[in-house]
Amino acid sequence: MGQNSGVNNASNNRKYLVSATIDAFFLGIYNVCRFIGRVFKEVFVPPYEFKEIIKQCYDVGYRSLALVSLTGFITGIVFTKQSRPSLSEFGATSWLPSLIGIAIIRALAPLITALIAAGKVGSNIGAELGSMRVTEQIDAMEVSATNPFKFLVVSRVIATTLMVPLLVLYTGLVGMLGSYLNVNTNEATSFTAFFKDAFTSISFLDISASLIKAVVYGFTIGVTGCYQGYNATKGTAGVGRAANAAVVVSMFLVFLEEIIIVQVVNYIRPLL
Amino acid sequence: MKEQLPRADKNNIVISVSGLVKSFGQLQVLKNVSLDVYKGENLVVLGRSGSGKSVLIKIIAGLLAPDEGTVNVLGNEVNKLDFKGLQAYRRRIGFLFQSSALYDSMTVRENLEFPLVRNKRNLSMKEVKEAVEGVLESVGLPDSINKIPSELSGGQRKRIGIARTLILHPEIMLYDEPTAGLDPITCVEINHLINKVQKEYNATSVIITHDLTCAKETGDSVAILYEGQFIERGSFEEVFKTSNTIVRQFYDYNFTTTK
Repeated sequence: MGQNSGVNNASNNRKYLVSATIDAFFLGIYNVCRFIGRVFKEVFVPPYEFKEIIKQCYDVGYRSLALVSLTGFITGIVFTKQSRPSLSEFGATSWLPSLIGIAIIRALAPLITALIAAGKVGSNIGAELGSMRVTEQIDAMEVSATNPFKFLVVSRVIATTLMVPLLVLYTGLVGMLGSYLNVNTNEATSFTAFFKDAFTSISFLDISASLIKAVVYGFTIGVTGCYQGYNATKGTAGVGRAANAAVVVSMFLVFLEEIIIVQVVNYIRPLL
Repeated sequence: MKEQLPRADKNNIVISVSGLVKSFGQLQVLKNVSLDVYKGENLVVLGRSGSGKSVLIKIIAGLLAPDEGTVNVLGNEVNKLDFKGLQAYRRRIGFLFQSSALYDSMTVRENLEFPLVRNKRNLSMKEVKEAVEGVLESVGLPDSINKIPSELSGGQRKRIGIARTLILHPEIMLYDEPTAGLDPITCVEINHLINKVQKEYNATSVIITHDLTCAKETGDSVAILYEGQFIERGSFEEVFKTSNTIVRQFYDYNFTTTK
């Protein structure tokens, strides 16, 4: 039977190559790679589920705005308040806008947004698809000759990949706004002066690296949530496990990707 | 009780299962199962919970792969089909899940439109609307079109589940425990609906159940699955005239007082 047929071939008295755990680990990696490969393949093959993609973009993007706004705003204020004493020791509080600009655009906005998305969106995707799997709704889609992978997985991965970068930009702006309010209250810096100082210190590389990070994080969160949910087993407990694993694995991968991308960007920066 | 169908000839076999074996870990669920289903026939597969009935029907639908054996349905070797072949095959079959498996985030209309618009992309909005309303009319639930599954009763969900499969006009219907968890009156209504589907859609059906009333009302023939093997096959009367104690026990528990 074809590899994309959705047939569950789990069966039989297996003989293990090394041990059950090690075999399962490598089999898991193989299955994840196959899952990602299928996502890339199905993205470019018509028919396209535009209506579902728009619905998912709304769920991932618009419905995360409140949480992202609050977190971004508070992060901006708190980071500014915590940085001021250190800078004032050197009489360098005028550097606050630059420091905040660099910190928020380079690191805080992508990372905070990704972690929020992993918690809110990742768990939602994991639980929703997991629930559909254990209640046989995905099987019902398969037997009605439709393609649940395209409808459920591809649409969600596209939505997270598109929406997380937009949320990162939004978080950055809201964070800067929060920071400005604090700086304005304490140092009476004008709006124009604050944002001029902040953006002067930010390079094109900083913004593009942030957006690339956001795209990678969005894709990771979408794929992880979908993989865990789509392959959920063992009833309602399995749904809980899928939602939990979607969050934990997404967050772990986001941190790992952050380290790798920062290393790469820091290597590129002097060359430009 | 249904009228007996004349014994069909071998050319009219639409489902042919041969030497089917399926295990999950150490547990062998199906042990060399073979079965023929004739065109237009309602075959009821009876058996206790865990006897392998649902596994059999899922293998026929291509949802599970057998370890050994062949499943030939409508001329397709099901376990050798690729993705596109399997989709083409599944357009010709309908599957009612035990839980109905309605898409709970969609309304009844969207549930019914889902397979239709994805399998017949050239249909106009008007044709889709007519098809949805027509199939809801035939299952007797025209007023439920804008409800969501959580607003429906168990029997209504089964009916909508059947409607969702009928919308593609399947040649074969696979029912997994169609009357499970329903009250006796709703069970009778579902049995009538199964017979109506057989007549109006000229569909061949495999009905998995442990409900003998359902078997008696809907089955042209009955096969008893016990511990992964068929032990009896024939009309309802033929099967339950047997002296086989396992079959007799099954009948007695359903139809006689055991106090």
